[in-house]
Amino acid sequence: MLKYVIKRVVLLFVTLFIITTICFVLIKLLPWELPQEAAQKESMMRRLEAQGYNKPILVQYGRYLKNVILHHDFGTSWKIEKTQPVWSVFKKRFAPTVLINLYSLLVSIPIGIMFGIYAAIKKNKWQDQLISTSVMIFVSVPSYVYAFLVQYFLYFKLGWLPPTVYSLADAGGSWFTWKMFISMLPPVIALSFGSIASLCRFTRAELTETLTSDYMLLARTKGLTRAQATSRHAMKNAMVPILPMILGGFIDIMSGSFIIEKIFSVPGVGQLYIQSITLLDYDVFMMDTVFYVFIGLLGGIVTDLSYGFIDPRIRMGEK
Amino acid sequence: MEKITNDFNKIPAEKFAFVNRGEKLTDTKFVDKPVGYFKDAWIRFCKNKGSIVAAVIIMFILLFAFLTPVFFTRYDQTFMDVYYAKKPSRNLWLSEHFGIATGTTTRDFNERSLITKIGIGIGAEDHDGTGTVTLEEGMASYYQPMKEIGEGVEITGLIGAKDKTIYTCTLDSYLEFGFQYRSIEQDEYKKIRDWEEKTGIQVLYPLVEENEWCLDPTDANYWYKTKKGTPVKLNKNGKAKEIPYEPGMVLEDNYVRDAEGNAVYYTFTGGGDLDTAHYKVRVLYYNYYRYLNGFEPEYMFGTDSQGYDLMLRLASGIKLSFLVALAVSAINLTIGAVYGAIEGYYGGTTDLVMERITDILMNVPFIVVATLFQLHLSGKLGPIPCLLFAYVTTGWIGMAYRVRTQFYRFKNQEYVMAARTLGARDSRIIWKHIFPNSLGTIITSCVLVIPGVIFSESMLSFLGIVKLGNETTTSLGTLLSDASSIWMDYPHLMIFPALVISLLEICFNLFGNGLRDAFNPSLRGVEE
Repeated sequence: MLKYVIKRVVLLFVTLFIITTICFVLIKLLPWELPQEAAQKESMMRRLEAQGYNKPILVQYGRYLKNVILHHDFGTSWKIEKTQPVWSVFKKRFAPTVLINLYSLLVSIPIGIMFGIYAAIKKNKWQDQLISTSVMIFVSVPSYVYAFLVQYFLYFKLGWLPPTVYSLADAGGSWFTWKMFISMLPPVIALSFGSIASLCRFTRAELTETLTSDYMLLARTKGLTRAQATSRHAMKNAMVPILPMILGGFIDIMSGSFIIEKIFSVPGVGQLYIQSITLLDYDVFMMDTVFYVFIGLLGGIVTDLSYGFIDPRIRMGEK
Repeated sequence: MEKITNDFNKIPAEKFAFVNRGEKLTDTKFVDKPVGYFKDAWIRFCKNKGSIVAAVIIMFILLFAFLTPVFFTRYDQTFMDVYYAKKPSRNLWLSEHFGIATGTTTRDFNERSLITKIGIGIGAEDHDGTGTVTLEEGMASYYQPMKEIGEGVEITGLIGAKDKTIYTCTLDSYLEFGFQYRSIEQDEYKKIRDWEEKTGIQVLYPLVEENEWCLDPTDANYWYKTKKGTPVKLNKNGKAKEIPYEPGMVLEDNYVRDAEGNAVYYTFTGGGDLDTAHYKVRVLYYNYYRYLNGFEPEYMFGTDSQGYDLMLRLASGIKLSFLVALAVSAINLTIGAVYGAIEGYYGGTTDLVMERITDILMNVPFIVVATLFQLHLSGKLGPIPCLLFAYVTTGWIGMAYRVRTQFYRFKNQEYVMAARTLGARDSRIIWKHIFPNSLGTIITSCVLVIPGVIFSESMLSFLGIVKLGNETTTSLGTLLSDASSIWMDYPHLMIFPALVISLLEICFNLFGNGLRDAFNPSLRGVEE
């Protein structure tokens, strides 16, 4: 097991390194947009020069890697927050994204699994048809449509919730105040529809498979009731693929959703990415890119490894 | 037992007779037609009602997209009317018979703005400038924007503001624009007059005096005398008296009048000779639109944020999204299938190396790829090729993976070995013997790619990373992103594109799932 884990981790960093290299080169090749005014342009040029932006790209890359690994220095934000280190710009955006996605995940896990179990138990009855059809619809409809619906009904028609997430100052200076929580509800609700539906679909598919397996028949012939057999045997086996998916979901909460963050103006990681593109703030763009790649890789590896911990027979990614 | 067997052994020779002697022996023909792979899949697909319905809906949406410019709308792609931008859907026939698509909006008005809007209807009835049209006559006018006036609600107790009455009203947003000043040439003036005579529809209305009683000389809707916005009546000694809003109200007109007291319809504003001379006129925009285009403004889905016909924009958005999706599907098919085939067939080191490459490509987030392509190349190539490039880079990986799995399943089967023994080349084995086995998977994932592409395209244009909109083409995501900041006031801008995208997503997913179940019944219920 340890060898397998180490192998996966090493592979993760190799992949990360290659993608980072490609992205770094591609981003460095983009033209800089310098200020129009001569004096500002001059000072900007001098700053860039001092940071080594005129050296060959490979030299710059070496320097970048050294700074990142030794000092956690991901460069400088030139546009979003003038001459601030990218890391500190990024750090601020982290909390809202994680919080919103965490709330949404905590809401959707129990509801999604519950609906999934119910549908699987009532397989091919009208309850299952109803749940499966609505799951199909909820999975397919894009998340921004939910966002608009939530905004329209909960804010515009009923006035229960604010249309966008409050800024830190408005909500009492902390991400954990009650007021902040209320203002985070609309994006949480909008995000939850899709994840509830997909979790429900996954649970239903897995559980129907385990419910029809031979050991269930054996459990019933031993004299267990249907409920006992389902909860003791079928659920446990169905959880083997479901749990890793949930764990992977906990990693994914860091990456957030671009559209939801834009619609509800969440000052999060996704919004930072969009800002860095529109303002052409390349160091921030680079950092955000690396971050997304890393989160994606981490999510994958956590999912795969947790399979191994839950069911030691499984080695995901092995031939 | 013994006895019977003995009997069989000792059947006398004469009891034997030849069967079918002299007849040709052939196999009987199959009565039924053989059911092949695709036929089999088709039969299974037809049993899935949900998929059939989805396929029909997709057909309708596509028909809508391709036929709209020809049949369903009288506007063309360049037709734009800035004054009728963001207007809700309006169809005269439907609104008369079913009360839908009336083109109305509901808003709150205070007394002053209420009178201004009602004044448009009153003024429209008074094209001769008599100034005697009453409130009741004005309300009955065809050009009256106020369709329903709610009960006034008294609002009191506002600190720093006077008490006021708020009326919740329903008004026709196409008539709401009312009057407008225009500068036209002499020829044009004559043409309008001729048209007025021929059709009996009044376009030109008396000009308004620019005096102390005119609230805003650029707004042609203040044709009545006001003082600080409140309509007033001048009595004999020139004192202004406020006119209250009540039945029988007659607004006092502020029209320009010549020496005989007749209303004046034009004034010379400049220009040297007959060709360049310009005249200022006051037109009722609704009728001016009719004069220009020959029909009343009717937009089945309303107009978009710039004043284009939303139905036409939607149709072109669907077309674009669908064409992009088809192109991506084709690209995936070519690259993914070839890549997966090579990977799966050769296995070993080739597979390992190629797997690492896909591993790396797969882990670059699609949004980053799309962004980098846009930043690097959209200036040179345009946004749509860049979007396609982004899909070329990463989109085919899922397809390659599925094809590879199929190849692993089939490449060691006996019939493949038989083919190899007979001397078939690799390419023949790959394409002729193994590849057809993965056709079902490929078709299914080609279809299932489409909703993904439509979604990611709409997401990218919504976020502003890809900018696809111009005056003739647009994408569904661009329509949504145009609407995103103003849709609370103009819900139709959001409802129609969102509805179309949702429908497309649901139907393509249903259709794709149906195809997958049909081609591969053993995968039923398993989600990919």
